[in-house]
Amino acid sequence: MDFLKKIFGSGNDGSREKAKDRLKIVLIHDRTDISPQLLESLRSEIVDVLTKYMEIDTSKIEIDLDHDEHEVALVANVPVLRIKRGKVDVDKN
Amino acid sequence: MARVIVTTSGKGGVGKTTSTANIAAALARFGKKVVAVDADVGLRNLDVIMGLENRVVYNFIDVIEKNCKLSQALVKDKRVPGLYLLPAAQTRTKDAVNPEQMVALCEELKPEFDFILLDCPAGIEGGFKNAAAGAEEALVVTTPEIPSVRDADRIIGMLESMGKSPIRLIINRLRPNMVQDGDMLAKDDILDVLSIDLIGVVPEDENVIRSTNNGEPMTMSLESPAAQAYLNIAERLLGRDVPLMDLESYASRGLLSKIKKFFKKGKKK
Repeated sequence: MDFLKKIFGSGNDGSREKAKDRLKIVLIHDRTDISPQLLESLRSEIVDVLTKYMEIDTSKIEIDLDHDEHEVALVANVPVLRIKRGKVDVDKN
Repeated sequence: MARVIVTTSGKGGVGKTTSTANIAAALARFGKKVVAVDADVGLRNLDVIMGLENRVVYNFIDVIEKNCKLSQALVKDKRVPGLYLLPAAQTRTKDAVNPEQMVALCEELKPEFDFILLDCPAGIEGGFKNAAAGAEEALVVTTPEIPSVRDADRIIGMLESMGKSPIRLIINRLRPNMVQDGDMLAKDDILDVLSIDLIGVVPEDENVIRSTNNGEPMTMSLESPAAQAYLNIAERLLGRDVPLMDLESYASRGLLSKIKKFFKKGKKK
């Protein structure tokens, strides 16, 4: 049987496609790997921007990169206490 | 003034040293003056791959520490005019050098040569950073396997952030038969994900082992698929437009693969 399999080839059962898919996913994850320091500085800048427009609960902010099998998303959960009404002084800084 | 090129990979055992030795010998055969520098301090191997291990007296750490002159540490290859080896120290560690010293060493070599090839150790730590510091260009070696391509991706990112250019890819140990049978990553699968320029594809070849046993780089004399591939890479480094080898024809040389091909064609219809 093995001999016949060798002659006829293994058809679509080849491992190349599987390797291709696994490689792509590994690289998506590797390339979006973020250091804790970078994530922290991203977090503090996002907080700075958001607080211009709303009051937020800075102690409960969650920001993280969410990896699933095919994509990576930046997921932020920011509890809003109050939206600032009226004219927002955007150029404060 | 020499072009300084680092050969690197991230993962070990993919053929950095073999590639460095063969490309160096090939460039020398094309009339260039070449020095291959073994930047793998503590785990030197370029000397044995080139078959020059018995002629090593000093190494580049001796040069850096001023125990000898640069010219004393250079080992001249008597088989090919214009080919030199600058060995690494075997009894030292990678901390014995720093990037500034590597840059200074390359500057000292530059006026004397057309090409300086730096054979980089595996890994992304000090040894890699030392070797890469002195180089302007990079050759990244990978095999058609996930771990090796993954590490190559990481190294390419680091080389880019260090400002190396051009960074070009060598795909090593490709087995055309397995690619045809759908059991190995093909050249284009790898180029798709890495998105850098390819400088050559080296097929798996038993002659690599023979040449290592004999201590003679294949590109010095041997006629074999891998030797041809390395000669082509050297020509491309010289800016010549050499078409990629037809590896498919190597794959379909055997009778068995011809039968296979015949049946495969039949199946599609």
